[in-house]
Amino acid sequence: MSGRQPPRSAAHELERYSGLFASRTSVMRSSAMRDLMAVTVRPEVISLAGGLPDTSTFDPALFVRLLGQMPPAQALQYGPSEGLLGVREAITTVMAAEDMAVEADEVIVTTGGQQAIDLVCKALIDPGDVVIAEAPTYPGAVPTFCSYEADVIQIEMDDDGMNVDALEETLAALDREQRRPKFIYTIPTFQNPAGVSMSLARRRRLVALARERELLVLEDNPYGLLRYEGDALPTLRSLEVPAGSTDANDFVIYAGTMSKILSPGVRVGWLVAPRPLLAKLILGKQSSDLCSSTMTQHFVAGYFAAADWRAYVDELCSVYHRRRDVILDSLAEHLPAAASWTRPEGGLFIWVTLPDFIDTTDLLARALAENVAFVPGEAAFVDGRGRHCMRLNFSSEADDDIREGVRRIGKIVAEQVALYETLTGRRGGASASGAPAGAAAAAQDPAEPLANVLELPRRGAAEGRRSREA
Amino acid sequence: MTRVAVLKGGRSLERQVSLASGARVEDALARLGHDVVAIDVGPDLVTQLREARPQVAFVALHGRGGEDGTVQELLEVLGIPYSGSGVHACVRCADKMLAKHALRDGGLPTPDWVVLGQIGFHELGMAEALADIGQRLGFPLVVKPVSQGSSLGVKFAASQEELPAALIAALSYGPRVLLERYIEGRELAVSLLAAGDEPAQALPIVEAVPRDRQFYDFAARYEIGRTDFVCPAVLDHALGERVREIARSAWGLLDCRGFARVDMILGADGPTVLEINPIPGLTETSLLPQAADAAGVSFDEVVARVLASAGTR
Repeated sequence: MSGRQPPRSAAHELERYSGLFASRTSVMRSSAMRDLMAVTVRPEVISLAGGLPDTSTFDPALFVRLLGQMPPAQALQYGPSEGLLGVREAITTVMAAEDMAVEADEVIVTTGGQQAIDLVCKALIDPGDVVIAEAPTYPGAVPTFCSYEADVIQIEMDDDGMNVDALEETLAALDREQRRPKFIYTIPTFQNPAGVSMSLARRRRLVALARERELLVLEDNPYGLLRYEGDALPTLRSLEVPAGSTDANDFVIYAGTMSKILSPGVRVGWLVAPRPLLAKLILGKQSSDLCSSTMTQHFVAGYFAAADWRAYVDELCSVYHRRRDVILDSLAEHLPAAASWTRPEGGLFIWVTLPDFIDTTDLLARALAENVAFVPGEAAFVDGRGRHCMRLNFSSEADDDIREGVRRIGKIVAEQVALYETLTGRRGGASASGAPAGAAAAAQDPAEPLANVLELPRRGAAEGRRSREA
Repeated sequence: MTRVAVLKGGRSLERQVSLASGARVEDALARLGHDVVAIDVGPDLVTQLREARPQVAFVALHGRGGEDGTVQELLEVLGIPYSGSGVHACVRCADKMLAKHALRDGGLPTPDWVVLGQIGFHELGMAEALADIGQRLGFPLVVKPVSQGSSLGVKFAASQEELPAALIAALSYGPRVLLERYIEGRELAVSLLAAGDEPAQALPIVEAVPRDRQFYDFAARYEIGRTDFVCPAVLDHALGERVREIARSAWGLLDCRGFARVDMILGADGPTVLEINPIPGLTETSLLPQAADAAGVSFDEVVARVLASAGTR
């Protein structure tokens, strides 16, 4: 028998707790989808769901050496809330690689990029405040925005990223209601989950718009250095403050992370913010966790001092580049013609749009029976949209598993398309037994209007108050 | 002191709920002075049970494998007495079609339905008959997987046009779907409890009242904060007794043991049974513990009584 003394069974448990919950918990989303996602961690499941980098490529000897080199007394001690100087200097080096000139004292080390989003919300969002995000947006940001009771308005995207015309229309509509967004959240490069990048023209317009309207933009850039082809695009931050200029950083808050270029396990991310915001962000950081892990910060600082971090990023890029090609080939081979998908030049994700009679949350249940998983599109929206879309990750599974996973997904999608045709007598896409390869290639025809590639779902009948015509 | 194996988790889509139910059951059993072995069921279940050598198993599994007679059959084979309903009752409760036939044959009200299978569509041209089915049941109608216990895959079709997508969704969970006439009304749940062979006690009725009534958002009732649960439900005495009597009859018809939850709709024509859950959730937010509490029955007593149902078959 266990020695612990479990708490006594409480009377009126549900009512007692429901009286204690903060009102924000009522908008925190728990859902069937989340329960399904919990099943995806079974070892036999090929998971194209998570956003996991491949940490197996890290040199084990280097890992041991770095651990051994840590100064024990300091590594075991608290550290400054804004982060260790060595780490902040390393961060300035990383940012310089994307043409951003930043001083170490503008940087706040956060516990992963996730805390960067959380701290910005904590500093800026009162319940009901407007946050503008992309549609679809980073699924991990949705619960954060919701937990601060933000009114999230999602702006449609196409293959050039957030539609800035639609953004301006939304801002104008908000003006008429005498509301203004607290910030615009964007992942301009290799967006999660869409995989697309904002065009240079739109980046310039967005930065100009931010200046003109004095709007804050939270630029989340976890993947910028993971480019496998094409020309680098300047970050919003580098457009606002070009290297060598004396322009002030007034409107772009920049969030970065070590997760995708070194390790998510170290939980080291960062924020660079206009100086007037820094103090509040640090106060927020103190109230959250005093400081990020000193031990892993020492690891990071030691790593940047001892190793060639760019070479490691290059190594990761070559692995991910190959896997991206594998997944694109597999999609072309196995998905029916009625499906379309984005073709990212970097990052970790592909966004797949299926015929709108397929609900990807239900499809996930079917997929789990075949031991394959993905993220259902609804996770990337606050308003129930995205139900016939899915996010696929290509960085964490081996090449053969990617092929097999996509084959299984293709099979069940084809089954559902065939069933739809049987039910309606209408064509819903390629038949299950047809040859999807050629048809899928058509879906990738570069001449196809870009908006079709990132097709957005129709609005459902039962939308929450957060939905809004952009 | 009895050595009790608590079976929880597993691979069903309701794994998370089961882990939460199981954890609470473990705590309660420990408080009751039992020797508790927790088992997250998987391919090594038989080995684990042989090693643990429990005198009795408390089945806290939900969904496929755990609630549909499979694990019960296995425990019978291994000769381990177990809590809750037996194989036959689990099989019939978990299969909504069998449950509805049992109810109707027994003279209990349940909404009109039609069951369709993938084979019917693929091999028998069933799609041609969809319009007739729509006409017979009327719209809106509810489309559910036949063998999925939670709200997963449950869709409403407001019209014939919405039927194909709803069918495809429900068929994601299994080869058969249940199309059921939608009954507008109050959502009621009656939890039942019985130690050993004693007659089932119908606990106070719980009513689920969605906060912002959205017809399509069926999932809301499973999320904290989006549905208010009223217990005991406010019903006139005779009606309340009728509802509880129906629940007890359903329990008897399906030959349930230990505990169960009967979900009903109180429509314009009176109460009607939607389904019977042979292993109701036992989490902090589950309905059975709440109903028990309203009857002055502590969670520990719930667990003690359900445990006492083992070995009475």
